[in-house]
Amino acid sequence: MSEVWTDICQFSDLVKNTGVCALHKGEQIAIFIDDESQVYAISNYDPCGNAYVLSRGIVSDYKGKLTVASPLYKQHFDLTTGECLEEPKNSVKTFPVRIEAGKVQLA
Amino acid sequence: MSKQKLVVVGNGMVGHKFIENMVEHPDYANYEIVTFSEEPRLAYDRVQLSYYFSGKTVDDLMLTSPDYYNENGVRFIVNDKVVAIDSINNKIVTANGREEAYDKLILATGSYPFVPPVPGREQAHCLVYRTIEDLEAITASAQGSTVGVVVGGGLLGLEAANALKNLGLEAHVVEFAPRLMAVQLDEGGGELLRAKIESLGVGVHTEKNTTEIVKGETCRYRMNFADGSHLETDMIVFSAGIRPQDELARQFNIDIGPRGGIQINNYCQTSIENIYAIGECALWDNKIYGLVAPGYQMAKVAVSHITGEAVEFTGADMSTKLKLLGVDVASIGDAQARTPNCLSYTYLDQHKGVYKRLVVSPDNKKVLGAVMVGDVDAYGNLLQMMLGDIEIPGTPEAFILPAMEGAAPALGVDALPDSAQICSCHSVTKGDIFEAVKGGCTDLSGIKSCTKAVTGCGGCAAMTTQVMNAALTEMGVEVNNNLCEHFEYTRQELFDIVRSKKIKTFEQLINTHGQGKGCEICKPAVGSMLATHWNDYILADEHLQLQDTNDVFLANMQKDGTYSVVPRMPAGEVTPDQLIALGQIGKEFNLYTKITGGQRVDFFGAQLHELPIIWEKLIDAGFETGHAYGKSLRTVKSCVGSTWCRYGMLDSVSMAVLLEMRYKGMRTPHKVKMAVSGCTRECAEAQSKDVGVIATDKGWNLYVCGNGGMKPRHADLFASDLDDETLIKYVDRFYMFYSHTADRLQRTSVWMDNMEGGLDYLKSVIIEDKLGICEELEADMQRIIDNYECEWKKTINSKERLKRFAHFINSDATDDTLAYVAERGQPRARIDMAARAKIGKGEIIKTLDITDVAEPV
Ligand code: SRM
Ligand SMILES: Cc1cc2nc3c(=O)[nH]c(=O)nc-3n(C[C@H](O)[C@H](O)[C@H](O)COP(=O)(O)OP(=O)(O)OC[C@H]3O[C@@H](n4cnc5c(N)ncnc54)[C@H](O)[C@@H]3O)c2cc1C
Ligand code: SF4
Ligand code: FES
Repeated sequence: MSEVWTDICQFSDLVKNTGVCALHKGEQIAIFIDDESQVYAISNYDPCGNAYVLSRGIVSDYKGKLTVASPLYKQHFDLTTGECLEEPKNSVKTFPVRIEAGKVQLA
Repeated sequence: MSKQKLVVVGNGMVGHKFIENMVEHPDYANYEIVTFSEEPRLAYDRVQLSYYFSGKTVDDLMLTSPDYYNENGVRFIVNDKVVAIDSINNKIVTANGREEAYDKLILATGSYPFVPPVPGREQAHCLVYRTIEDLEAITASAQGSTVGVVVGGGLLGLEAANALKNLGLEAHVVEFAPRLMAVQLDEGGGELLRAKIESLGVGVHTEKNTTEIVKGETCRYRMNFADGSHLETDMIVFSAGIRPQDELARQFNIDIGPRGGIQINNYCQTSIENIYAIGECALWDNKIYGLVAPGYQMAKVAVSHITGEAVEFTGADMSTKLKLLGVDVASIGDAQARTPNCLSYTYLDQHKGVYKRLVVSPDNKKVLGAVMVGDVDAYGNLLQMMLGDIEIPGTPEAFILPAMEGAAPALGVDALPDSAQICSCHSVTKGDIFEAVKGGCTDLSGIKSCTKAVTGCGGCAAMTTQVMNAALTEMGVEVNNNLCEHFEYTRQELFDIVRSKKIKTFEQLINTHGQGKGCEICKPAVGSMLATHWNDYILADEHLQLQDTNDVFLANMQKDGTYSVVPRMPAGEVTPDQLIALGQIGKEFNLYTKITGGQRVDFFGAQLHELPIIWEKLIDAGFETGHAYGKSLRTVKSCVGSTWCRYGMLDSVSMAVLLEMRYKGMRTPHKVKMAVSGCTRECAEAQSKDVGVIATDKGWNLYVCGNGGMKPRHADLFASDLDDETLIKYVDRFYMFYSHTADRLQRTSVWMDNMEGGLDYLKSVIIEDKLGICEELEADMQRIIDNYECEWKKTINSKERLKRFAHFINSDATDDTLAYVAERGQPRARIDMAARAKIGKGEIIKTLDITDVAEPV
């Protein structure tokens, strides 16, 4: 089954090592871009702080893993797997994301 | 029983140490002490003498004070020399004719500089280097001179050469031996040191035997050498070795050695039973020890013998580590490889200027000695191995080769026994330091004050720190002053790098001085340093990723992801029209509104997309950002002051407005707060602020480093009765010095509590400009002030930036998960009972229902 990709925003809307939040199929999704223009998508919901804020955290290289530190209480979420490194039970979902023809797309 | 009377001749470093040890002895009540000093003051730190040229004052160098002696019943007579000993009747006589009887006499007369008998040496501007008075004479002589020569290329000679250089003279060193520091270094080490010192512009002339000092042609004098060459100079400092001050013993029938020095036994007794000699005047086993640590040991031995114990002096180690003219030099044990059949390892790196030689036992197992120039990191380990007779772990060469993958030297402080002596000056062992750490001394300044380690020659600082860290690690305390895993530097070191290398972005810094990609610790810290130094727009593309939760949207994030908005209200002053505008905005956006503890208005519950719209309105009404989100100046509180208050001395509101407008937008290691009170009643609580100002009838009193918050601290009075201009100058310097040197997230109060030298040191830097940096500090502050721009004004004018202030990048919808309840006529974020229960450790805290109290009409 081939995935259907939806345009979310322009690639140029992203600023390196920061995130934005997208509304996609009724879900809040945090999209990040790293130094090498690799994109990542995880849920925007921070289960530790109980608020929709992850897209606004600092992108952080934590023990070799690329993570976002929650802006509320600084737990680290692995951008690739969604794992919450301090409180694994609070891990979050990840989403397929890509860059295609200058657009950021979610499936 | 009457007290035993001890007379101490000489109040130098060792004489004082003896007295201190006596005073601290449990039986001190049975003794009475009198001490005489030929010098005009009590003991001072001769080891640190050269710092006199880099700004230390006589007070800084003092080891004791008249108060200490008075409190402990020690009588002291300065400026009077003991000239006779009557060992039959047990009394001494001084130059001023004073007589003093003794039960025990302690000679601690030190040594004097040896001046070779060169014709012409008695002229003016031919000086020595031993006392504060000598240094004053050198300073005076340097004023009328352009060239200076030091005779003697030993340890002290090089220190003296450095002093001459710092006094602005063209400096030369003349040495009789074929190399510098002939006593401590081998040939290779001496050669490298020479090259390094020459490259600093100091002339080095070895194998020169001065035959006479005559009138010069281009300078005041000409020194003629035995080989026919000569050198012109305006002044000469002799530092050709020391001679024990044994003249009293010589004249009054106490045995001295064939080449001088008062002979002592293992208890520091001279040939006359109740006369002791300690320190540099004493000769033990035909050796004079020209260092302070062996002298301190002798002081301890003498005290022990007098009080009936039996510690013996059994010789001392002469290893040394020091920085001469900025070059690290160390010598351990048998540096010259004189032990029969010993083996040597040598490493020379001419490119980096590093020379190391390790001397080991014939079986290749024990360290006998070492010489290091340019890189002395291995000093502590090698010294401990030699002193502790520890077998070398692994291969000896690993200890002198540069650290390479896989070849790291193995001996950490862990390998040392508890009895290993870490500080020889004060006989502090590894065990003592561990005990101190466990007793609560968890930083170096604590260790220094409870064990005295590092407070002598200072050579043990690195080792002491390692041992302290090992103890902390053992206790499970994390020790590492590195900023984080990405930067092996402290914040202060990184700031120095940013300034000296003119670094403008995080990328530049991590590529050149860090590793990995950075994290939520280093990014905001570096962002803050860059902002302090350059004051660029913090939301510029290259800085955006560095900003922490609140800075990144120029507002404080609340628990539900919404924001608070705080416009600046300098000094708490606000016009009725501005208040009306605020009221209208709060109403329009349905914001919870409150007066903060910082004398201004705070709106809560603004959503991300509303922030720019709210700010547009605030800016229209004449407001600027209040930086409530930044590690930066928050508020300057004020009282009404002399304009309205009947007690007001000066116009505290105007001063507070002026200060707030001057420092607004300044980024600092942590937030800073200020206040100005119009009189000593202190209605603005200035003494709880980082910088507090209180009006007096003569001007402003300036207080610094106060704190409310988690650990309140009263501010310290820094300067009194200042005029406006001086006040501002000091505050400029204070904030910049704090910004350059504090740790990340360290408030000024904690910074002060950790500052070596404390308030006095801070005053010497800021008021007396001891470090010579005040001009730079003021210029750095001026750059911040000149580059100030309201961040919100800039942001609402940037279309690109505004895009980020939408909850969704792909939709105009807003966060529909937010929910509020009404409370006292305003919205309030909903707290669910489960969350409350969490706060109450599982139990729901009973609360009174006050939601309807004071419903506005
Ligand atoms: C709003 C306010 C409380 C109020 O309703 O009055 C407040 C609110 C917060 N304070 Fe405060 N502090 C406020 C005055 C104070 C004061 C009183 C003062 O300034 O006179 C103090 C004690 C004085 C001091 O700092 O020495 C104070 C000591 C703290 C501390 C503890 C600092 C410390 O050194 O121990 C923190 C935590 C921190 O900064 O790490 C803190 C942190 C915070 C934060 C920023 C916590 C956070 O990150 O969310 C709160 C955010 C408020 C917001 O969203 O605007 N706040 N806070 C006050 C805002 C003043 C202003 O106009 O800017
Ligand atoms: C510039 C410099 C740098 C040094 N650096 C180091 C270093 O890095 N490490 C190190 O270990 N050592 C260093 N030393 C050596 C160290 O200072 C001495 O080892 C130490 O001061 C010896 O102490 P003392 O009490 O024996 O002698 P002193 O400190 O010289 O004290 C003797 C005192 O006795 C007084 N006195 C003498 N005769 C009489 C008398 N008849 N009546 C009354 N008073 C008298 C003298 O005036 C003097 O004040 C340095 C010395 C100098 C000058
Ligand atoms: S501090 Fe003094 S001047 Fe200021 S309001 Fe209080 S009493 Fe008046
Ligand atoms: S060894 Fe001199 S101060 Fe510790």
